[in-house]
Amino acid sequence: MPSLRFHIRFPEDKIKEPIIYQIGHEYKIVTNVRRADVRETTGWMDVELTGETAEIERAVAGLRKKGVLVDPIELNVVE
Amino acid sequence: MAKMKALVCRECGKEYPTKAIHVCEMCFGPLEVKYNYNEIKKTISRKKIEEGPHSMWRYIDLLPIEGAATVGPYAGFTPMVRARNLGAYLGLDELYIKNDTVNHPTLSFKDRVVAVALTRARELGFETVACASTGNLANSVAAHAAAAGMQCYVFIPGDLEAAKVLGNLIYRPNVVEVEGNYDDVNRLCSEIAGEHGWAFVNINIRPYYAEGSKTLAFETVEQLGWRTPDQVVVPMASGSLLTKIWKGLNEMQALGLVDSVRTRINGAQAEGCSPIASAYKEGRDFFRPVKPKTIAKSLAIGNPADGYYALKATAESKGAMDMVSDDEVVDGIKLLAQTEGIFAETAGGVTVGVLRKLIKQGIIKKNDVTVAYITGNGLKTQEAVIDAVGRPVRIQPSLVSFERTFKMGKNGGLDA
Repeated sequence: MPSLRFHIRFPEDKIKEPIIYQIGHEYKIVTNVRRADVRETTGWMDVELTGETAEIERAVAGLRKKGVLVDPIELNVVE
Repeated sequence: MAKMKALVCRECGKEYPTKAIHVCEMCFGPLEVKYNYNEIKKTISRKKIEEGPHSMWRYIDLLPIEGAATVGPYAGFTPMVRARNLGAYLGLDELYIKNDTVNHPTLSFKDRVVAVALTRARELGFETVACASTGNLANSVAAHAAAAGMQCYVFIPGDLEAAKVLGNLIYRPNVVEVEGNYDDVNRLCSEIAGEHGWAFVNINIRPYYAEGSKTLAFETVEQLGWRTPDQVVVPMASGSLLTKIWKGLNEMQALGLVDSVRTRINGAQAEGCSPIASAYKEGRDFFRPVKPKTIAKSLAIGNPADGYYALKATAESKGAMDMVSDDEVVDGIKLLAQTEGIFAETAGGVTVGVLRKLIKQGIIKKNDVTVAYITGNGLKTQEAVIDAVGRPVRIQPSLVSFERTFKMGKNGGLDA
């Protein structure tokens, strides 16, 4: 089963929302948080999403729709 | 014993074999090369380095290569220019320009990191190299791959201006235009690097690639007569160059090549893309990604991979960071050209602009031995200064017209 790794960043108004829980229920994927730093005004998570590639892509689109920023684990690779 | 000990996670410290991997499987932190310094110390010396090739490969003992350098043999060892005119203008006694505008073969500091990346990629058995780039990196990867006879793929966003692509096509790489914007191509390349057996120089080969930047620090020290400068000013895109200059200086101390490192590492960004410098200014230990909007395109990385580590290196060295407007970037390019005869690309304008600011603020002082890193050639970004350099003086094809225009006296001198 394919796994893709992402760096997810939460704006201040999204910090209290259980977005990772929701995404695991709304899409057929397994979420696995590996590193995170969540504070009062900002937060980020390094997370692995496992599932069919197309379903992962739908989940990423879903995360973006919920207002969080989703980047590859390497952040910007276009130099 | 091999000089490379392992790849090590910068976050949790877990070690991995020196393969084409770049992310820690445990915590997803970035990996970097760990060396057997005790082994290297047995053979390295100033004399050995001085007797080495006139390229960055004279420091091969501190680069992540197992055998000989097979790609980019002429990269590096660029001039360290004693910038007397610019120094006098800015009020510095001892200013130097590390001039990578003349790096071989593609006139930017990327030739250093790409030479290391492709040499290592070849050692690891790759025949195809790739990168995602809108400028200097693509240029360098395509040129080195052509010379090395390797297959090359360059990924670019579909909305990139045609002129930016031309400089790459001459080397005949496979240029892949991805239908989408910067973020789309960014995400796709990360996924391709994860799934296919290619050497993506700044993704799965990144731990090796990034080490090439250390050679700027090594050359600085050697060319200053085995002295470390008091201050350096480094342009920041991903932040990697700054962190590796700091690492390189500390390696030289650890190996006994210099007595001590008191260098303050200062970072420079353009206002239109300053996630790292803004975090420094606001006293944050994290950065907020931005959508770049600046003429300094080669520094326009809005979500920098090494931003956190650049902040850390600057703090450890007691350095500073600052940013300049696009107008100040153009002024910086003109000032460097008109005082030292060096035509830098926009990143050079950022460096000179921030150097100027740090002097004005008293952070860099008159008697500080200072090095400014100029990382790319101005011929690559001529559009940035086209409206700021004036027009030629137009005359009729006659001696009368010439003498009238320049008010020339009989002795050939100009009448005031």
